[in-house]
Amino acid sequence: MGLVWIILAPVIIYFLVTSAIQNVSSGGTKDINQPVPWIIIIGIFTPIAIGLMIFGYYAMKGEYDKLPESSEEI
Amino acid sequence: MSTTPVKGIGKIIFSSSLGTLIEWYDFYIFGMLAKTISIQFFPEGNNTAALLNTLAIFAAGFLVRPFGALVFGRLGDLIGRKYTFLLTLVLMGASTFLIGLVPGYKTIGIAAPLLVLLLRLIQGLALGGEYGGAATYVAEHAPKDKRGYYTSWIQTTATLGLFVALGIIMLVKANMSDAAFNAEWGGWRYPFWISILLVGVSIYIRLKMSESPLYAALKKEGKTSTNPLKESFGHKANFKMVLLALFGAVMGQGVIWYTGQFYAQSFLENTIKLDFIQNREILLWAIGLATPFFLFFGWLSDKVGRKWIMLTGLMLGVIFYRPIFGTFLKTANAKEWRSQGIKMAHPVVNSTMIKIDTVTNADPFMSVTIQYSKTDWELIDGRKFSVTSADTVPVNQFKSVIKVDTKPVYSNVVLSTALKWKFISLVWVMIIFVTMAYGPIAAFLVELFPTKIRYTSMSLPYHIGNGVFGGLVPFIATLLATTFTTDPLVGLWYPIGVAALCFIIGALYLSNKIDKDVND
Repeated sequence: MGLVWIILAPVIIYFLVTSAIQNVSSGGTKDINQPVPWIIIIGIFTPIAIGLMIFGYYAMKGEYDKLPESSEEI
Repeated sequence: MSTTPVKGIGKIIFSSSLGTLIEWYDFYIFGMLAKTISIQFFPEGNNTAALLNTLAIFAAGFLVRPFGALVFGRLGDLIGRKYTFLLTLVLMGASTFLIGLVPGYKTIGIAAPLLVLLLRLIQGLALGGEYGGAATYVAEHAPKDKRGYYTSWIQTTATLGLFVALGIIMLVKANMSDAAFNAEWGGWRYPFWISILLVGVSIYIRLKMSESPLYAALKKEGKTSTNPLKESFGHKANFKMVLLALFGAVMGQGVIWYTGQFYAQSFLENTIKLDFIQNREILLWAIGLATPFFLFFGWLSDKVGRKWIMLTGLMLGVIFYRPIFGTFLKTANAKEWRSQGIKMAHPVVNSTMIKIDTVTNADPFMSVTIQYSKTDWELIDGRKFSVTSADTVPVNQFKSVIKVDTKPVYSNVVLSTALKWKFISLVWVMIIFVTMAYGPIAAFLVELFPTKIRYTSMSLPYHIGNGVFGGLVPFIATLLATTFTTDPLVGLWYPIGVAALCFIIGALYLSNKIDKDVND
């Protein structure tokens, strides 16, 4: 399942970027046509998506198969 | 390490919770008054843009919470919980009070929203440092088999802060006219000013608190962290737990919290067009009746484990959000009430002229006057609504080519008593989902991390999950709803998608074991 999270992360970023390209328009009147909301959303979710990729990598390596039960294990 | 006696723990919980509650109150009055604030701090013209800008400033406060978590989390692990607590409270109180002093856009122009944004960011930083400290502080005093129950008292403070914010706003509004409330220096500022009194009380109480015994012991033994940030996020063994906490628990809990309470209120106000007072009354009742369940699910999590209670709350939201919000839409459709020809309370309908606009272009023969009139309707069972319609009055004998939208606009919807209780029960159900996801989560987060870096490590995922994912719910949902106008429920796909993803990750990777010992 780790691979699923690793793939999902760039899919999310791709979806956001392509949606921004499709919707941002100087002639548009709706708020979704303005660049600022997209800059905010992409700027915030990109590092989180990278975190999801790292999570997926750890999952794939079996790091979550056994969770630590004391500080000595951390 | 012996835990605090029961009598002592009561004082600990009270002093931690009160300050946290006040900080939540400070944070939420901004969101509760979003519509009023949008009128004051942004230029007139486009109400949707102003509302979105206000929600963006609201969201900005959430987005900096993770940074506050890092800054104050680090402080709390370096110098102790008590003094960090005091600092966050002072910052929050001061910035809230100052928001109430910023003049409107009409007076100081663009400086108004910029000042409000700056103060909102300070609020977000302060809140980022508050919660992790409060939950850690209580958990480090609690006996191991009651950690879920005792920390659930802290979990009530966010909802109770919302409750107090709603209550104070309603109290102020009920005692003055709409015009007096919405004026530039009107009643809407009072909840901000009241905050400084509440914060003063809380500072006094917190000054009397002692340091966390676990932290004090650690400091005495010289075992505190010299660089909690590096230890939290630079070591894989701990960083992987931060990621798990975020993606497997807090991300979903954040969207459930904000959808069931904040977005519900925003949806009822802006989509259903529910009357201001009734909207908040519904929230108050639902919150009041649901709040004890935070304690119940915290207690239950001590018996059966935290994981499946939290994840069940997420899944129930995924399944039931669309049906519940769909019921709101269907039940409070004023247009349908009118077309059903339901009996009127009285035969006379009040119709008043509220505004006249003149639309002109270069050719004076092509101008047109638009006349807006508002009609108040009251049905025999107590339901009410207003209809605003526009009629054009040609200035001259030529037919104008200027097109004007004459579609009637429905507003000020008031439900009958029976319908009001139906709405209260539906919002109550959504808040029950919140209590399931949120009640046990403080204990869950505390148990994931060792004492010396606990404040830093638990604060960051908590504030990303709630601040970023949850805080953006009203903004993203409104953005979707104003774009894809054919489906008024389209905004729900964001929280539903995030909660569903979190459920899957949590189900696969979280442990249901309760850590008996946080004294390490």
